[in-house]
Amino acid sequence: MGIEAALPVDGFLTTQLRRVINWARRSSLWPMPFATACCGIELMAAASSRYDLARFGMERMSFSPRQADLLIVAGRIAIKTMPVLQRIYEQMTEPKWVISMGACASTGGVFDTYAVVQGCDQYLPVDVYIPGCPPRPEQLLEGIMAIQRHIDQSGIPPTPPGGRRVPLGLVIEPTHRVRPQPVGITVGGV
Amino acid sequence: MPADTKPTLDHPVFKIVKDQFPGKRFRGTEYRGQSTLIVDPADAHEVLAFLRDDASCRYNFLSDLFGIDYLNYPSRTIGRFAVVYNLVSHQRDDRLFVKVFLDPSLPTDGTADDPALYLDSVVDLWPGAEWPEREVFDMFGIRFRNHPDLRRILTWESYPAHPLRKDYPLRGRGEREQYRIVDRTSA
Ligand code: SF4
Repeated sequence: MGIEAALPVDGFLTTQLRRVINWARRSSLWPMPFATACCGIELMAAASSRYDLARFGMERMSFSPRQADLLIVAGRIAIKTMPVLQRIYEQMTEPKWVISMGACASTGGVFDTYAVVQGCDQYLPVDVYIPGCPPRPEQLLEGIMAIQRHIDQSGIPPTPPGGRRVPLGLVIEPTHRVRPQPVGITVGGV
Repeated sequence: MPADTKPTLDHPVFKIVKDQFPGKRFRGTEYRGQSTLIVDPADAHEVLAFLRDDASCRYNFLSDLFGIDYLNYPSRTIGRFAVVYNLVSHQRDDRLFVKVFLDPSLPTDGTADDPALYLDSVVDLWPGAEWPEREVFDMFGIRFRNHPDLRRILTWESYPAHPLRKDYPLRGRGEREQYRIVDRTSA
């Protein structure tokens, strides 16, 4: 199955270099998990067998930023950890993408205090914002697939002006429908 | 005050410390079976050492140590800041809170080294007090004499305030807004 099924009998195919490179990049996005809070648990759930991130070419979480393509910021960022996060980002080699996972990483969430950064996009280029507290693993996969779709379309060198990558700024819509919420119970009309 | 919350100052240690230190001032309070002994700042170390070592007290374990800022507290308090020692005796299966009130002598909006906000460190009595005392220093600006390593523990060294003081704004004074920005060109 796979690519060899499409091959003609004599065993070669022609394609564009851009497509091959993009295919390779898209299918081996290695994530660097920067999990600082509860969203990290959902990230682990997305990586484990039920949701199986490996299906998307993320066989391996890369705990070394130098071998990672995709920074997943999962959780709140205290301003004291900002230097660490920026250093990790700077150590990653191009091409690289950043996902801001969850309300806290994107906006600070409910933690509107002196210590918590109100959105890591103030200090880092963010490509995909994933809403939720925490986002469901499906939604994280949705965000990763958005990056993969983008990689499929991108040129080599990158198409944006000046050949320089710009933050994509994609926002993922919730992938689930909210069911009816519980209401208060009344007894005898009170 | 409802009758069932009137403090009953019957903790045996109250009498023991009063007999042991006749010249010193002690105050006490109690809430739902938990007694608090209020000590003057200058006496705190001596009294705590006694509570640890005396055969009928034996508070061998410092369960917690933390600060409180009583600014704008609904009822009157003895002082602006308090440091609370949460003592536990494993042998006697008993818990006692020891509380020290401190009043600042300088404005509290910065990080000024206020001579009125000093206490003797209890690291020599309970080594586990080292990090809690650093936290009290970091968050409230209360310094501890003879502490082996009194540095900030949660915020960073140059942080311009003590953030758990009630006159410090919840959202800070711009500490979280001013930081280096990394973009695609610089990385
Ligand atoms: S968005 Fe919600 S789940 Fe995620 S880190 Fe913040 S509080 Fe935790």
